[in-house]
Amino acid sequence: MGARISVQGLTMTYGSHTVVDDVSFTVEPGEFFGLLGPNGAGKTTALEMIEGLRKPVAGTVDIDGHDPWKREPALQRRIGVQLQASSFFERLTAVEQLQTFGAIYGVGKARIADLLEEVGLSDKADSQVEKLSGGQKQRLSIACALVHDPEIVFLDEPTAALDPQARRNLWDVLRGINDAGRTVMLTTHYMEEAEILCDRVAIIDSGRLLEMDTPQALIRGLDVPTRIALAPDAARLDDLRTIPGVEVATADDGGLQLETHDPAAVLAELARREALEGLSVSKGTLEDVFLHLTGREYRA
Amino acid sequence: MTETDRAPRPLRALTIAMFKGFVRDRMTLFWAVVFPLMFLVLFGGIFTDQGASRAEVLVVGDVALIDDLPDEAREGIEEALEITRSDDLDDAVERVRKGDADAVLTQDGDEVVVQYSQADQVTAAQVQGTLRAIVQETNTAVYQGQTGEAPRFALSTEQVEDDSLKAIQYVTPSLLGWAVAMSATFGAAVNLVVWRKNGLLRRLRLAPIRTSSVVLARVGVSLVVALIQAAIFIGLGVFAFGLQLSGWWFLAVPLLLAGTLSFLSIGMLAGSVSKTDEGAVGLANFVVLPMAFLSGSFFPLDGAPGWLQAVSQALPLRHLNDGMLDVMVRGEGPGAIVLPILILLGFTVVLAAIAARLFRWDA
Repeated sequence: MGARISVQGLTMTYGSHTVVDDVSFTVEPGEFFGLLGPNGAGKTTALEMIEGLRKPVAGTVDIDGHDPWKREPALQRRIGVQLQASSFFERLTAVEQLQTFGAIYGVGKARIADLLEEVGLSDKADSQVEKLSGGQKQRLSIACALVHDPEIVFLDEPTAALDPQARRNLWDVLRGINDAGRTVMLTTHYMEEAEILCDRVAIIDSGRLLEMDTPQALIRGLDVPTRIALAPDAARLDDLRTIPGVEVATADDGGLQLETHDPAAVLAELARREALEGLSVSKGTLEDVFLHLTGREYRA
Repeated sequence: MTETDRAPRPLRALTIAMFKGFVRDRMTLFWAVVFPLMFLVLFGGIFTDQGASRAEVLVVGDVALIDDLPDEAREGIEEALEITRSDDLDDAVERVRKGDADAVLTQDGDEVVVQYSQADQVTAAQVQGTLRAIVQETNTAVYQGQTGEAPRFALSTEQVEDDSLKAIQYVTPSLLGWAVAMSATFGAAVNLVVWRKNGLLRRLRLAPIRTSSVVLARVGVSLVVALIQAAIFIGLGVFAFGLQLSGWWFLAVPLLLAGTLSFLSIGMLAGSVSKTDEGAVGLANFVVLPMAFLSGSFFPLDGAPGWLQAVSQALPLRHLNDGMLDVMVRGEGPGAIVLPILILLGFTVVLAAIAARLFRWDA
């Protein structure tokens, strides 16, 4: 189960515009790998070259020794794809979509009920796709990608355009795909999603791979201070500035903000002074990593 | 490795999926089946009534040709002509001029004179043809009487009806051709654009199937739809409007299949160059509607000028219509479908080759 994906010097240009610029990485069998970046960063184009939908201008893609661009049926049977759009047969029910994709891959109907259960669509089995909500369509398209029990699954922005609740629900489904031992490759512009789901993340901006590691290591590697927020009247700003370890202290309408590299000592001192009202602590996120790498605020 | 439960059947699966998508789409069903049927009912209804009404002939004075006819011959004539006696020649001519009657018949010695209005050419032709037949039959009878053989008054009015086909005889094959052209063209064009737009074509491209399976599934669905349309049209024509099929009518089936292929390729072409399904529908309409008019789907082109006839020869629907009229109602045999089928397949090859060149997987 699982397959190794090796990408070397992957490049795509449209005219004089370079969309994907010399990207290289390897995804290990069974790994959950994320391509993270803002819209227009080149993630989808990169993924399409890896899936075999586009021929790279330069560079190679190798999936367990096969070139996906050659469209070898033997390789295609091992790959499941969920495309960005909701790619369904019009006016077919959820069950019929799965049956059709199943017949294309030569798998029977036995798994279909389980699959619908797995993505939480059992009660929508006989609904036509046109009647499904955005989240339900995304779930169905993931089920369609899994109908032939593939070793590798490509997911292109699976939670795009979903509300936060539907997105969180879908994360459980996506984790389940990877728990079965499959190699999963996902593109997303949600930092939080990449942080929660992915074993490793490649951060892409303007077609270039900026950094690649586990989310934890990427954040650790940054010298990002911990942010401590307090209620506006929890303490006086001047007093807070005297606490050892506090590097920056500011106040605004929302309250007081501190930044420190020694949160344990600062929090202990705040507790001693009984100045913990409205306390919240946040450490660095992938957004900080992005800010650090590009020098600009992350905008999905 | 993937567990395989049975042999992959991509072509069958795609065909079933496409067919279900078609029959569940009320709009497509309306345009492909109900809309053309409305025309059949309309045209069949209007022109069947008109065809059934006999030409009204006013007979002024003694006309031996009519008066001396034996009873069975008179019955035959009265199927085509409604004969009324009149005493006033001027009044009778005036009635023809006003269109209240169709012809005035008088006899001057051995000469039978017919006066008619050119306003209604079909009826005029009917009157002339019938009377000419009577004159001929009578002459023959007189001749045979002189030679001692038994005179035979076997008057047939079929000759007249054949010259200008009764409306339902004409509109059933022609409107069927139009209906098949619409559903095949629209089906292929919309299918292609919708699947490209929603990404299904890309999705299928990553599935272990050949591109040809996608095309063949569409061909299969359109052929089945064309046969269903033919069954409905011919059934309704025969049972509701008295359509009379000639012996080789079932040769319309191979003609329809060849026609469907050429309209599919038009649809593929429209679908390849259109970005939206609305655009594809518009383009298909832009092609199919003028083609239907120029191919005589709604009315015969006999009276059309030469250059229009020439344009019409360049349209696949014209050849489908001609072939279907020949075998369904004109009584022609297998020879009549060979050339139309070859022409239709020729259109298919050329248009499909262009469509394949313009084909795009992505929006």
